[in-house]
Amino acid sequence: MKKIAIIDYGAGNVQSVIFALERFGHNAFLTNQANKIKQADKVIFPGVGEAKSAMKALTELGLNKLIPALTQPVLGICLGMQLMCTHSEENDTEALGIFPVQVKRFNSELKVPQIGWNQIWNLKCDLFKGIDEKSFMYFVHSYYVPENEFSIANSDYGINFSAAMNKDNFYACQFHPEKSGILGHEILRNFLEI
Amino acid sequence: MLTKRIIACLDIKDGRTVKGINFINLRDVGDPVEQGYFYSEQGIDELVYLDITATKENRKTFAELVTKIAKRINIPFTVGGGISSIEDVGILLGSGADKISINSSAVKNPDLIDQLAGKYGSQCVVLAVDAKNIDGKWMVHLVGGRVPTQIEMFTWVKEAENRGAGEILFTSMDHDGTTGGYANEALRKMSKLVNIPIIASGGAGTIQHFADAFNVGNADAALAASVFHDNVIPIPHLKEELRKMGIAIRI
Repeated sequence: MKKIAIIDYGAGNVQSVIFALERFGHNAFLTNQANKIKQADKVIFPGVGEAKSAMKALTELGLNKLIPALTQPVLGICLGMQLMCTHSEENDTEALGIFPVQVKRFNSELKVPQIGWNQIWNLKCDLFKGIDEKSFMYFVHSYYVPENEFSIANSDYGINFSAAMNKDNFYACQFHPEKSGILGHEILRNFLEI
Repeated sequence: MLTKRIIACLDIKDGRTVKGINFINLRDVGDPVEQGYFYSEQGIDELVYLDITATKENRKTFAELVTKIAKRINIPFTVGGGISSIEDVGILLGSGADKISINSSAVKNPDLIDQLAGKYGSQCVVLAVDAKNIDGKWMVHLVGGRVPTQIEMFTWVKEAENRGAGEILFTSMDHDGTTGGYANEALRKMSKLVNIPIIASGGAGTIQHFADAFNVGNADAALAASVFHDNVIPIPHLKEELRKMGIAIRI
């Protein structure tokens, strides 16, 4: 049985990630303990909410140093992905710096936040094994990561943006796989197989 | 391209699904968890669960139901009905809900919107507004549409946006239960006024009504209940037809 740690820093609906994993037979545990996170086979770094207060919570727990130093596969989701970047325009927040890219605010005629189902394409890496190009995923966000050399999936909302990224053992997706129906579950399952 | 969302609304009373016609006649239509799961398999984009008889006593029962829903269903869902405090919201989000909708409590205490957006983020705060056109003015009504107020709807939704609401769920009481179409003119005006997504509610009777809510009303999502519960419009058929009309729809 794989040990799956979900990083607990008070960030939004982590319960749905746990439930999603349970649906295909995996028990994940919620923790903010450094040793438990380090010993896990996989780490999920979720997040819903505001960047600055999330970074503050991570720093208070000492997780801002721990997360970038992890060596097992780590999956950041939504705000988790944004916090893995160097900096976010959301309240001018210095983030974890795993991906050397900047998070920007949507600045278009379109409504912000983007809420709903959008397509992803240019799928690369095993995270998207068995997932067709232009599959629909569920997004909820006001900030985005521009396309960059680490992008393994793209999407668009007025502008093309990075829907997922990978660098070494770090994976990240802007959409919510835990809320993206069967295909989202496949992505979580793929992550557990990495 | 971001798609327009089709949302099914399930009214909950004593742990069971009910649909009120014009907010009055109640009729049992089933188990909320299995019904929601059925809709998710059919391709619904989101679900809304409204606890229509919310009282302090059954709050715990509703939270338990929310957990059952969250365990079973792999698409986003919103819960609402009688939410009046940060504590209520904490319990429901902690039980697995993705978003909460507030209505009367936000009108009585608008600061609640700021507090919830600050604590949990705008993305999970849906401002529900029930309104009626009275002498050419859309007026906000409370308690499931029973109590009129002196608050003008467009002023209110703009204030709610400024305070941090992430979405507006607008139910036209003039259209709800009529199956004669959504309040497209008001929707269109609201869509120009605010820069957050708007969910149209009240009046769906045909596939064309959904198309009109999107094309004429500029709604980002359309919510319905009876037409789905009674299988008047099967969800896969609805989505196919809307896509044929050139509307961005997830299939």
